[in-house]
Amino acid sequence: MNKKISELIASKYFSFFVTVILFAALYGAGVGMYKGFLKPQVFLNLFIDNAALIVVTVGITFTLLIGGIDLSVGAVLALTCMVLAWLLANTGIPVFAAVLLVLLMGTAFGALQGYLIAKFDLQPFIITLAGMLFCRGLTAVISRETINITNPLFVAMADFRLPIGSGFVSMGVIIAIVALIAAAVVLGFTRFGRNIYALGGSESSASLMGLPVFRTKVSVYTISGFCSALGGIAYSLMMLTGYNLHGMGMEMDAIASTVIGGTLLTGGVGFIPGALFGVLIQGVILTFISFQGTLSAWWTKIVVGALLCVFIIMQAFITEHKSKLTAKSSLEKNS
Amino acid sequence: MEKMKSFTSSSLFLPVVALVVLLVFNGIFVDGFFDIQLTEDGRLFGRIIDILTRSSSLVILSLGMTFVIATSGIDISVGAVVAISAAVVCTLVGGRGDGVAETPMVLAMLASVGIGILCGLWNGLLVAKFKIQAVVATLILMTAGRGIAQLLTEGQIVTVYYPPFASIAGVIPGMPLPTNMFIAIAMVIFVSVVMKKTSIGLFIQSVGINPTAAKYVGINVTLVLFLVYAFSGFCAGVTGLIESSLIRAADANNAGLNMEMDAILAVALGGTLLSGGKFYLGGSVIGAVTIQTLTTTLYALGVSADQLPVVKALAVIAICLIQSRKARDLFDKWKGRHDGEAVADSAKAVNRA
Repeated sequence: MNKKISELIASKYFSFFVTVILFAALYGAGVGMYKGFLKPQVFLNLFIDNAALIVVTVGITFTLLIGGIDLSVGAVLALTCMVLAWLLANTGIPVFAAVLLVLLMGTAFGALQGYLIAKFDLQPFIITLAGMLFCRGLTAVISRETINITNPLFVAMADFRLPIGSGFVSMGVIIAIVALIAAAVVLGFTRFGRNIYALGGSESSASLMGLPVFRTKVSVYTISGFCSALGGIAYSLMMLTGYNLHGMGMEMDAIASTVIGGTLLTGGVGFIPGALFGVLIQGVILTFISFQGTLSAWWTKIVVGALLCVFIIMQAFITEHKSKLTAKSSLEKNS
Repeated sequence: MEKMKSFTSSSLFLPVVALVVLLVFNGIFVDGFFDIQLTEDGRLFGRIIDILTRSSSLVILSLGMTFVIATSGIDISVGAVVAISAAVVCTLVGGRGDGVAETPMVLAMLASVGIGILCGLWNGLLVAKFKIQAVVATLILMTAGRGIAQLLTEGQIVTVYYPPFASIAGVIPGMPLPTNMFIAIAMVIFVSVVMKKTSIGLFIQSVGINPTAAKYVGINVTLVLFLVYAFSGFCAGVTGLIESSLIRAADANNAGLNMEMDAILAVALGGTLLSGGKFYLGGSVIGAVTIQTLTTTLYALGVSADQLPVVKALAVIAICLIQSRKARDLFDKWKGRHDGEAVADSAKAVNRA
């Protein structure tokens, strides 16, 4: 029995199980306390409100998996919203061309960051921090005021509702679900996905095995840039504005979601469904606060910070437990 | 020539040159930039004094940050800790309109610095005891810190009307310079004396270069890490006092915003490698003044506060590329290939890098 528990703790999915149970418990508590939680729309709203965060989290999961980090996601999201709003307001180019253009911009920015990190062996933390400052500043250079999106086609896209059962979801949710599935397939079933896990496990081993380290690194940051831009489009669909302070602090929310979902910050371990549950847990906490009515918004920051802390410390213990377990099993084999 | 070479390869070369370039630029384009005047009640004022006064917060923060980076860590929570410390001192002194302090100001100040140290100890606990990467460990306080500050001020901006409170970052009558400058100078002197008289600097360096080796030569790595993060928290606490006194209020959302970036930039500009190891306190101090000069110059040119990061981001990347060994190797290789014909070009490339 004891052995089973210790194997369970060492399992790759332990963090994920904890997250799912925590989510279920939080939601169950919500149902117990407020009748409104039972409505299917409340559940679907978790996705609608957090569509952009889900997409961004998918991107940041890739960078965390190789043991890197991308702090620029929130700023790239804001820049995307701003450029899109500016393009639609000031030029006559069609909506789809504008969307394509901003996606391309985010992707190119991610690729540039990846190139700097991989080519010159710089710390991803500092380069993406600079990227964050750069994009935030650039957003303010384009406009310091809010730009509204009034393009009829884009507004129609934002108003689009896909009925599910008695509820509905928005366009942003569809984007988020597609991104989730695509990322899960890439990580789980392709050679590129295996390379990412290998690189996160140990960069020098991956390099000695002849895996394309440079290419993988650049691609990972490119994917993160693309996801941030895609998240920016989901965000624009929800807000219909471009504004300098959009997505402020979103990089922290995204990292927290990924960590809560069981991705190890040292790299090599983690998977996409966990990241989704990480976002949903934060969404439930927000829903709690809005249902409760008297709690203020800053409680979210504190609760998310505390959760992040608990999960990170749990990770530290799991890693230690695992290394003890492997040491023990290798001893048993030898004797 | 030999002297010239030793100067260009010294760690102070980059920040000093950057500072001189900025000063010359200002001297040419801003009228009366170097003028310093004495008012009738014995106060000095002028643009230079102004820059030095404003850089005192950043100097204090970058002192703490230097040691953290020297242990190959990083503390991105300092901005949030500044907000917490500001919130503590302002709520304790209180926002009473009749200008009476609710708690004696000295006690309030001690409490806010104490909170700063506590935050630093928390970071130290996560980094030294739980062995969590510094970026992630301090990220927790960075996220939650502003929430805590808002909780303390109940989401309001607490304005302090107690007159002596303004003198922390203002001028005490009879003094030629604002108090925060003295605080910064005192802390720099204190730190340099501690570095000179004790071997803690050497311990910090050895932890940064190789923690395992440091442990085997008998250095208490956990204690060193705790000390370093606690000191960074202490610096952030003092900065919180100055920042709140400057505006006579605690603004949980904006106090110390982006200050962690400026402090990291100052330390990197000062020649301390972001990968840890050898550190340069003098470089960090000059780096902090340089960053503040850059900020002031850009404000003078009409760049707004939210556009400023574009320039700073480019500066960060440039410094990283200069520090990067790989970039230097690539550059040497490239130079070897093009030697002679491209000397002029390479000089240009250095400037650009």
